[in-house]
Amino acid sequence: MKKAIIYILLIIGGLMFAYPFLWMISATFKPEVEIGSIGLWSSNFGLHNYMAVFQKIPIGRAFLNSIFVSACVTLSVILFGSIVGYALSRLNFFGRDFLMGVILFTMVIPFQITLIPMYILMVKFGWVDSYMALIVPSMISSFGILLFRQFFMDIPQDLIDAAKIDGCNDLQILFRLIYPLSKPVIITVGIITFMSSWNDVLWPLIVIRLQKLMTLPQLVTIFAVGGQAEGQLGAQLAAATLLAVPIILVYAFFQRYFIESMATTGLKS
Amino acid sequence: MKAGFPVNKIKNKTGYLMSLPYILYFCLFIGFPLIFSFILIFHKWNIVTPMQWVGLRNFYRLFHDVQFFTSIRNTLIFLVIHIPLQIVIALFLAVILNQKIKFKGFFRALYFLPVVVSGVVVTILWQQLYAYETGLLNLLLTRLGITKIPWLTDSRWAMPSIAIMATWKNVGLYIVLFLVGLQSIPHYLYEAAEMDGARSLQQFFHITLPALNNTMVLVVILSTIGGFSLFIEPFVMTGGGPMNSTLSAMLYIYNQAFYFGHMGYAATLGFFFALIILIVVLIQKKIVERKD
Repeated sequence: MKKAIIYILLIIGGLMFAYPFLWMISATFKPEVEIGSIGLWSSNFGLHNYMAVFQKIPIGRAFLNSIFVSACVTLSVILFGSIVGYALSRLNFFGRDFLMGVILFTMVIPFQITLIPMYILMVKFGWVDSYMALIVPSMISSFGILLFRQFFMDIPQDLIDAAKIDGCNDLQILFRLIYPLSKPVIITVGIITFMSSWNDVLWPLIVIRLQKLMTLPQLVTIFAVGGQAEGQLGAQLAAATLLAVPIILVYAFFQRYFIESMATTGLKS
Repeated sequence: MKAGFPVNKIKNKTGYLMSLPYILYFCLFIGFPLIFSFILIFHKWNIVTPMQWVGLRNFYRLFHDVQFFTSIRNTLIFLVIHIPLQIVIALFLAVILNQKIKFKGFFRALYFLPVVVSGVVVTILWQQLYAYETGLLNLLLTRLGITKIPWLTDSRWAMPSIAIMATWKNVGLYIVLFLVGLQSIPHYLYEAAEMDGARSLQQFFHITLPALNNTMVLVVILSTIGGFSLFIEPFVMTGGGPMNSTLSAMLYIYNQAFYFGHMGYAATLGFFFALIILIVVLIQKKIVERKD
């Protein structure tokens, strides 16, 4: 009896989270007049909403922009995060603890305080309306460094000493010895960075005005807000679906990693 | 030891070299913006014409800026609705998921789905769900014989509606955090309580809740920081209306900087707002931790 109640509650919960998405996807295939209904099925399903989106905005280009920007940011955060994390966990040098303190301190600063000066910096560098503005300010993350540092601290010193005797330098140790052992932390940092880069809208809205350089979420936002959708609900939902589907597909395959990554990050901050 | 000295020195050099990317990054993208924001708050500037020293006039203006304080109030209203709602729902679903059940992973993955999707998607979707005549929610309410709710068109409802949507989007993350917390509670505590004849509700309040204190601190602080950056939802859904009721502080700062071009003033607002965030988070930390 108790079990039955639990399953009913779980299913109600599941419907609350899943039904809106199913409803959205079905609405994108419905004619405009049928969107205002509760059910999912319509006998007039068609692709007209997607055709409208592809006609009105360069959404394919925006998709490629987003992939390019997120991939660059993610690779860079992993590369530099692991290098700095290695230095902070495995090397002794004067000022190391101070540097560690600085990194912890930067995580406390609300981004609201640096947002405007950062924009001005982009203007002065001439990076507004370029990939540079989207990529360079996100190339290093304090959080990534801390995750790598924490993981590397648990690697036995014997392994590293053995590699040193074989004549490896620190970069070789990092890339040849430690990287193969560090899959969990690389996946965690990778997923979190890729997701936050892929989903970020505020910063692209500030530094990109050229339509052909816009990221996918930015273009979809502008499409919905800026009147290009001409009030067509179906087209707006189709654009939103095109933005959601890639990450949902990736999530479907790697959901365990997504959830575990987000959980560890939450707990460590 | 003499022999050890040069080795240490070499180690030193690599330490600095390998930290160099971060040091450069810090100077350029954290240190400089921080210092520059200190300069900006004393200036009037639209980026195009030269900066103009205005002393404390930005702060004078800020303290007389009714709209800014409205936006702060709106943001706080959002938090006051969003955080308790989120904690109650997340805790409830986490406790249920923590029972011995089948398909646990499936349900967990389902609840987590909105977390991975962009806020823009969720906002566009919910804008349709909230639509007065044709929205899913009002259609359901009408079916149940309840009067329609002006979700986004009434200034009293608009911010609570956004808070409900944000809860729907984020609650999966907090379910997972609570699950981790629940799983770390030692089982003998419950066994001892059962021997004493404690009912499950008593167990929940006397064992589970106190044991989840650390998770609670984390959940409150994470959702506060997230809530203070509320921007894209009102930007897409309501543009801050009706009657400024969903104008969040971030949206107001964005408008000042990028719509009106008041860089100096926007930097002042950002500076002041960041102070408020830090103070609120510190107070929360004190209060929630003391309950222990």
